[in-house]
Amino acid sequence: MIPLSSLAVLLLQGFLIITLSPLLSGIMKKVKAFVQVRRGPSIFQPYFDIAKFLRKDAVISGNTSWIFSAAPYISFAAILASGMLVPVYFTGMPLGFAGDLIAVAYLFALARFFTALAALDAGSSFGGMGSSREMFVASMVEPALMLSIFAVALNAGSTSLDRITGTVAGMGIGALSPYSLLAFVALFIIAIAETARIPVDNPATHLELTMIHEAMILEYSGRQLAVVELGTMMKQLLVFSLLANIFFPWGIASDLNVTSVAVAILAFVAKLAVIGTAMALVESSTAKWRLFRLPELLSFSLMLSFLAIVSFVILRGG
Amino acid sequence: MDYLFLLLVFLFIAGALLSVILNRNDRLSTYAAFTAAAAASLAGIAFSLSVLLGRTFSLGIRGMMLLERGFVVDRLSAFFILVISLTAFAVSVYSLGYVREYFGKKNIGYLGALYNLFVLAMILVVSANNAVLFLVLWELMSVVSYFLVIYEHERPETRRAGLIYIVMTHIGTGFIIVSFLILAGAGGSFSFEAFRSGGPGLPAALRDMAFLFALIGFGTKAGIVPLHIWLPYAHPAAPSNVSALMSGVMIKTAIYMLIRVSFDFLGANTMWWGMLLLVIASASALLGVMYALVEHDMKRLLAFHSVENIGIILIGVGVSIIFMSAGMPELAAFGLIAGLYHTINHAVFKSLLFMGAGSLLYSTHTRNIEELGGLVKKMPWTGAFFLIGSVSISALPPFNGFVSEWLTFQAQLASFNLTDNITKIAVLSSGAALALTSALAAACFVKAFGISFLALPRSSHAEQAKEVPRSMLFGMGIMAFLCIALGLLSFYFVPVIGSIAAPLTGAATSSGAASGILIPAITAPGMDAGSISPLFLLLLLFLFLPIPLVMKLAGGREHRSVYETWGCGQPVSTSRNEYTATAFSKPVRMWFGNIYRSRREIQTSYAGSPYFKERFTFDTHVEAIFEKYLYEPLIKFVLSVSRKLKAMQTGSIHAYLGYMFAVLVLLLVAVMSGGL
Repeated sequence: MIPLSSLAVLLLQGFLIITLSPLLSGIMKKVKAFVQVRRGPSIFQPYFDIAKFLRKDAVISGNTSWIFSAAPYISFAAILASGMLVPVYFTGMPLGFAGDLIAVAYLFALARFFTALAALDAGSSFGGMGSSREMFVASMVEPALMLSIFAVALNAGSTSLDRITGTVAGMGIGALSPYSLLAFVALFIIAIAETARIPVDNPATHLELTMIHEAMILEYSGRQLAVVELGTMMKQLLVFSLLANIFFPWGIASDLNVTSVAVAILAFVAKLAVIGTAMALVESSTAKWRLFRLPELLSFSLMLSFLAIVSFVILRGG
Repeated sequence: MDYLFLLLVFLFIAGALLSVILNRNDRLSTYAAFTAAAAASLAGIAFSLSVLLGRTFSLGIRGMMLLERGFVVDRLSAFFILVISLTAFAVSVYSLGYVREYFGKKNIGYLGALYNLFVLAMILVVSANNAVLFLVLWELMSVVSYFLVIYEHERPETRRAGLIYIVMTHIGTGFIIVSFLILAGAGGSFSFEAFRSGGPGLPAALRDMAFLFALIGFGTKAGIVPLHIWLPYAHPAAPSNVSALMSGVMIKTAIYMLIRVSFDFLGANTMWWGMLLLVIASASALLGVMYALVEHDMKRLLAFHSVENIGIILIGVGVSIIFMSAGMPELAAFGLIAGLYHTINHAVFKSLLFMGAGSLLYSTHTRNIEELGGLVKKMPWTGAFFLIGSVSISALPPFNGFVSEWLTFQAQLASFNLTDNITKIAVLSSGAALALTSALAAACFVKAFGISFLALPRSSHAEQAKEVPRSMLFGMGIMAFLCIALGLLSFYFVPVIGSIAAPLTGAATSSGAASGILIPAITAPGMDAGSISPLFLLLLLFLFLPIPLVMKLAGGREHRSVYETWGCGQPVSTSRNEYTATAFSKPVRMWFGNIYRSRREIQTSYAGSPYFKERFTFDTHVEAIFEKYLYEPLIKFVLSVSRKLKAMQTGSIHAYLGYMFAVLVLLLVAVMSGGL
């Protein structure tokens, strides 16, 4: 059976993911407001939003089927399940055997699959448009993502997340090699697409010509909307923690005493804040791209991850 | 236990005969044919399991040249018999209901008899142990399936599909015969034992030829690009239960023989074979899914997905050959496991999806998904089964497609063990092709399921749809169950498949052995290379699914009101406002415009002034590049050559005798001078 300490690790992990993800969104909104010389809402606003959605009545389209009602929960479960595999503050996740980096990517795909289906269910053109664009962008992301995963896995000789973070953490500053930098930039671009941010998608828009993710969830309200929003924020946090802990796992705990865990959580929050700020700055300094220019951006990411593999093979392999 | 094999042969033949004898009564004939087929398939399942659990089987008649050890079933054969029997069992049950569609319209006895013979021929093809016997059975399978394809021969497009199929399949058989002749020349006999002993000793050039001809010959049947053109014609034309078998298992017999020839007979130790296979497989996977994405005929869409999945299977096989030639049998076994596991997975979810397409056809009488919609409410079970099939084929966890694609990715990643840097980078990059394929497949099935099952019905066909009979649901249910079981219990099945792959690759242990409930990757011997456990993934998913329940307990019931879909303040709840499948695939069609070369026709008619449109029709076509740029010139060339050869065909017997004499003299001269 799963020992008690493992259970505690998982519970703490779930707690951190759920409670920190709205804060991350709040911080990013604040940074964007700062760059745009606005005061912006409080960094705790996303918590208030979710609390509000939970109390609101729901209006549901009469065209929908059970897929529409079930999809938010399936997506949420898939994202939270992947959250049990991603190292956040601790390397050596008790359930690390159940899924590797590829499995995490495919759990995100499972969440996306059901969100895209639900978008078609209400029968509005907005939903269809969002669904179609989302799957298109995802198709462009996937090859770049897989090559980056390969590039990262080559270094550790494994796709296991614990091993990857463990290997990189063990290398110290020596982990900063040409191939890991190339792979980092490639994955950073993928993270922009996966978290639906400018220039790929605009999380703040409700203009039908530009929205992708927002168009898919347009029909949701009440508790379902709360679950959808929280799931999206959690996915964002997980994507950022992948970025942080695959390339900069410094400070991550490798044993379970109180100080190292406390340090690891502080380091994690700091890393999230840095990546979130960087992402918000990227978002503020670029304009949204046209949908048909996006493949260029993602091909660039594909190229970078390919170069990461090539440089790994030249520098280390052979 | 040997009786099981004879029993299944007997049952299939009995089913075929009874079906013809009871032809007068549609209902009786159906019951006889498909109950016999289902029973025979059960015998096939039992038989193949008995072989997989450790015995070998051989059957022959002493003293008869062809039949002396005519049938030998080893683990590889048994695995394919299992795949065929499992699929045939579910499809036979399904057919009990589906065939009602043809009652009073078509000859049921003919369908039942051919169906039984078809399944029997497939099982015998993978059991044959002699090249001549194999070819006879291979032809039987092809010809019987041809007659099944043209079952609805009243339609001209069905007859055309049949023609394309029979021509392509015979071109393939021609190549297979040449490959077998080379092997027979080396082994001195047509038995597979002789092939096995003679194959490795062949000169390199002849070995390469034997492999290439087998690749073209069996590749035609399997449907690799660019030999795939018959699939999108033949599979939709056939009755849906037959399509399920053709797409689910018939094309797998070609995979069986390709593995048999390249590993068992030829030793699979040439690097460029693997590279060639990897390139062809990646191209098949990508082009298959891309054409599927722009297809709106449900059965054609599924046929293109078969091209894609054959590509994914062959990626595993190709990587395996690369490892074989690099002298890494453990990794080769791992690649082969990936390929074989995807073989059974594809058989399961593809036959499920074809049965689903058949159910749609049964209750709506249309294959065009643009005319469907809202069916998940009218056909809840079909919808649920089709959804399971869609999730599986999109390789999403924790179902079966995910496991085999994960294994394939790991096999590709394992190429970092190779010494040659170029090969290493090439194999790693093929991972990008597979990733793009699986993402596009997910997009395609969001479209296929979303447009046909969700939102509002788009036509009166869809509006009047009813759930299909229970036997059809039962057939689909078996396969849906297997989709889940093959995913969750993969830790049990992977070692079994490992025991098939190990002897073929010469791996010392049956690698890919799962420990406990997880499947580890074997990327480097003795290394923790990452693992998955679909069972635990499902447990995790289930753990988090009751969140709505928790919210209800914590916050009480939510007040919900049902209203129209948001339409910017205007009432728009009609199916005309829904997104269409054409629109859904538009971004992909635009971005890959070079490949699709789609053209559109827009016709507008105006009511008086150009400001008032009266009618507006839009049509878009994707160009079939292979047919236009490869096959059309080829056909033109063949026709022009035959026209020129016509000059020789004078119709005079004297001239023909003259030709024979000339050939005889030429041959004699050649022999005398030692040229032959």
